[in-house]
Amino acid sequence: MAFIEVTNLIKSYDRLDVLKQISFTVERNEVVAIIGPSGSGKSTLLRSLVHLETIDNGTITVDGSNLVKNGVYAKPKEIKEITAKMGMVFQHFNLFPHLTVKQNLELAPKLVRKEASGDLEKRSSALLEKVGLADRADAFPAKLSGGQKQRVAIARALMMNPEILLFDEPTSALDPELTGEVLKVMKDLADEQMTMVVVTHEMAFAKEVADRVIFMDKGEIIESDSPAQIFKNPKNERTKAFLGLLE
Amino acid sequence: MSFDYINMVLKPMLDGTKVTLLLFLIVIIFSIPLGFLLTLAVRSRFKPLSLIVHAYIYVMRGTPLLLQLLFIVFGLPLLPVIGDYLVLDRFVAACLGFVLNYAAYFAEIFRGGLLAIDRGQYEAAQVLGFNKWQTMTRIILPQMFRVALPTVANESITLVKDTSLLYAVAVPELLHYAQTAVNRDFTIVPYFVAAVIYLVITLLLTMILKRIERKYQFE
Repeated sequence: MAFIEVTNLIKSYDRLDVLKQISFTVERNEVVAIIGPSGSGKSTLLRSLVHLETIDNGTITVDGSNLVKNGVYAKPKEIKEITAKMGMVFQHFNLFPHLTVKQNLELAPKLVRKEASGDLEKRSSALLEKVGLADRADAFPAKLSGGQKQRVAIARALMMNPEILLFDEPTSALDPELTGEVLKVMKDLADEQMTMVVVTHEMAFAKEVADRVIFMDKGEIIESDSPAQIFKNPKNERTKAFLGLLE
Repeated sequence: MSFDYINMVLKPMLDGTKVTLLLFLIVIIFSIPLGFLLTLAVRSRFKPLSLIVHAYIYVMRGTPLLLQLLFIVFGLPLLPVIGDYLVLDRFVAACLGFVLNYAAYFAEIFRGGLLAIDRGQYEAAQVLGFNKWQTMTRIILPQMFRVALPTVANESITLVKDTSLLYAVAVPELLHYAQTAVNRDFTIVPYFVAAVIYLVITLLLTMILKRIERKYQFE
């Protein structure tokens, strides 16, 4: 059974249909890249998975539990348990500016999981090491570059031991020369078999790292296939047009 | 302008300064938490509460503090029937007036502070599993206070000077003793002494506030 199953998801703002009958799955250990023009609903779809957006109809199943079934949400406690399996990395990092890097990493496991501080320290320093920021543990976010902030945000999400990581345009707010360091961390995670869904404009990343690429336009999934297929031989005219525009 | 004379007027004026400082402290200690409660009330989803507090803030900011003080100190006892029970000690009544007034201003300052916090902070907290209380106390409020701090500082400086309104409700404070000396001795020296004392207080206060601001720089 797929780790995430989305069936006939519908979401609209007022009369505007943002997501129209979306269905897709994400397998464990799979890296799925979602691409598409601005306003195609990619971010809304991703945010629906962690309940940052409320959907109007459809079913979202995570690891066998229904977050929403036919438009009816689970109880708040269940929603919390289900969304706790997922970590999220935002376009604008959303680090807590009043906390140091280390505190950003440790606050959630400490408060939410009541984890002992000794374990926390070990894990936070290991993760900072992993994203190459061991020396910035005591810095405040304001002192970091965009790329560093995003790497801290990834480490912060990993502190909760998520079974899947969702990335919402993780490099779109970065200067071009800083995207590389973030993409490298993400590639390392993919190599370690982390399950990931990445909304991105980085075609090179989608091509090289993703197992599957989903192309969305105007609230619909137009095409979903291997990167080789999507980039070399897109079937749909809209996919062709989008990729053509990008070249 | 002899030092002997300054020495002589300084004694009662310093006594008055104690009253000034006491009022200042009482108002700060009570109006900041009260102001924060008002902020929460304004944001409450229970509409009648929000509406009432909105009206309260409007009245408190829309009428002169002096009028409010006169109302509480001299006005309330004139009310029919209940008036007799509302004769408060003048200093206590004045404290009440100041606290009620400043709380309204602080409420607006904190509201602004909350509005300045990015939605992404709430979203990050939600995804990390914080509950509402944890989100508010650990993520939102510390940032709100940081944003509000310079305005709160400014408001406290204003408060130091506003304490002189006690003069109008006949609570003897710094300015009262200065005025008494001026009337008695036909000299403007006590005014200068009073000015210097106010300046020393605001200078010290500014230094303390700057230090607090630096501590909460988050850099």
